[in-house]
Amino acid sequence: MKLALAFAIGFGMLAVQRTAAEEGLSLPAAVPAGSSLSIQTSGSGEATLYIVGLGQVLQRKVQLGKPVFFEAGSLCDAGHYLVVLARGAATIDTAPLDVVPASTPAHLSFLAKPSRLPVSLHDGITGAVYVFDAYGNLIVSPGSVSFQLLSPSGAVQTNDVVTRDGAAAVAMDSTGHQGIDHFIARSGGVSSTRVITQVPGDPCALKMSAQQEGQKLELKTDPVVDCSGNAVLDGTIVTFTETYDGAQSTADVPLKHGIAEVAMPNHNGATVSVASGVVLGNQIRLEQ
Amino acid sequence: MKRGGLLAFSLGALTVAFIAIGTIWPIPEAAAFAGGERLLESSSTPEAAARNLGREIRLKDWDKAYSSLANKSQFTEQEFQDDVVGYYPSVRTYSSMDNFVVTPLHSTGNDAQVQFTLDWSTVVGILPDTRTLQLVKRGDRWEVDWPLREKPTLPPQVIPVEYLRWDVINRGPGDDWGVQDVDAPNVRIVDMHPVQRAEGVVVLGELLNQDVVPAYVSVSATLQRKDQSQIATESAFDEISHLLLPKQVTPFFIQFPNASLSQVSSIRMEPFSTLVSASADPVIEIDNEKINPAPDASLSGQLVNQSGQIVNVAHVLGTLYDKSGNLVWVVDQYVDRALLPQTPVSFNIPIPEDLARKVSSQRTVVATYSFGGLL
Repeated sequence: MKLALAFAIGFGMLAVQRTAAEEGLSLPAAVPAGSSLSIQTSGSGEATLYIVGLGQVLQRKVQLGKPVFFEAGSLCDAGHYLVVLARGAATIDTAPLDVVPASTPAHLSFLAKPSRLPVSLHDGITGAVYVFDAYGNLIVSPGSVSFQLLSPSGAVQTNDVVTRDGAAAVAMDSTGHQGIDHFIARSGGVSSTRVITQVPGDPCALKMSAQQEGQKLELKTDPVVDCSGNAVLDGTIVTFTETYDGAQSTADVPLKHGIAEVAMPNHNGATVSVASGVVLGNQIRLEQ
Repeated sequence: MKRGGLLAFSLGALTVAFIAIGTIWPIPEAAAFAGGERLLESSSTPEAAARNLGREIRLKDWDKAYSSLANKSQFTEQEFQDDVVGYYPSVRTYSSMDNFVVTPLHSTGNDAQVQFTLDWSTVVGILPDTRTLQLVKRGDRWEVDWPLREKPTLPPQVIPVEYLRWDVINRGPGDDWGVQDVDAPNVRIVDMHPVQRAEGVVVLGELLNQDVVPAYVSVSATLQRKDQSQIATESAFDEISHLLLPKQVTPFFIQFPNASLSQVSSIRMEPFSTLVSASADPVIEIDNEKINPAPDASLSGQLVNQSGQIVNVAHVLGTLYDKSGNLVWVVDQYVDRALLPQTPVSFNIPIPEDLARKVSSQRTVVATYSFGGLL
């Protein structure tokens, strides 16, 4: 009698186990962000399906044995999710789900430095690109980024870099011509452009001339250029210094139209010098 | 309880007593500022007449001050007032007289000469204005012959100005973090020299804007001990030209009161710069710059505004070097008058006597500010 009861209980538990094994989930291990998703359930009766991730929980009432469909755009944030099938407070089945970034780049965050730099500087321009999909997920799988620097002279520098952990970086040279560079990064049909200003370097061979006009001494520089022949920008300060009889006169004059000019007192025998920043120009000694 | 009541009664009685004493026998300065007449004395001596004039100017009692002058028929009261406080807005416009000093120079029975120094309290400190006054005796009273500096007048003319200006557009707050912004100007400290003085440590130096855009600049310094712990941090405050155009150099002067150089192991310098909208004008010529030897060593010269715009505030900064070109000291002074176009304005900045003999050369720059008004 006792043996018969034990068999009956054993068969009963086996039957329950078989029923439980029939109720469950079937889903892919990973899906691209933003894509549609179908989760197959098994068993019978009603249950609730949860997809739990960082900052997002989806809930669906499901009829076991039928698939559950999540339309495109339901799961957008890349990361590790947990899928839970439950009836009331009881968990029927769980499964992990990884949402990975979409493979197609949709947005590039392009950091280009500096915004301006002197001409002819080796590796002076740096660019770093972070590649994102349409949902703002960093695409960590390797991909190609093409960097292109278009200089004002028409010269083009190109460098193709494979991303690592979602980022690619490059260093490029500024050319010998002042002007606006267009620094372009491209990946998967998406591009981003930054503007880099190449500015002249320090004045080179600063030279002035002097003309005595009665009580005044007219001082004027030649067009001020850097060592690559670029005109130094207007507004750059040129300092004229006139030394005479133990005293001196000075004037800080901004370049306008590429030259600096000023009228100073005319002292016979004075010495006049010109400088800009740490660059010295010529000296003129006025006749007695 | 009884003790508390007694204390309250005593304090009340003392307060009433002090108010009564102050009202009946006020100190002269308090009476003067309250509009009383007690401060004025009889103008029976040249010094007393000059002192009375000084008190009236301090009280801004222009009617009485003007009335007391011997040569008032030569100019109007408004001209006298403008001569004292300035014809155009300047640092003097927003000042009040702090003190005055009368020093006798020469005296006979009927005329006298005194040195009259008015100390004006301004937002940038005390600015002295020294004049030599002639006094004449009329009856038993002495009267001041005011040395009026006439309003400078310029011939009507057109001064063409090629206006050069920089404006700055920065990135917006809603832009993506990767969106490019314009870089801060590239500035560099080209010279730095700590000096021990009786009042503490002074850090002197020069800062260069090596960029192609104007920069608002400042410099701070931190004194550190051997173990890298901080002694103090100070900035140049206003002893620097804060606006630097491309390739322009400014001296800076940072004071550490009560600090000792013997405790200092290292100094950390932090230049700061940011983009700023600026204009390349006006051009100020500094003429007749001269180092006057001791005694009364000073750096003197004249500022000439070469533009057509009035410069309301001018700050002169002088960098002093020894024979080897090493930085010795930095001096500065605000000019208390507006700079009119093509009208020289003198400056004279004292140099510490003990340093004066080391000074061999100098470089002077001027920082200016204009309220925007034209003649």
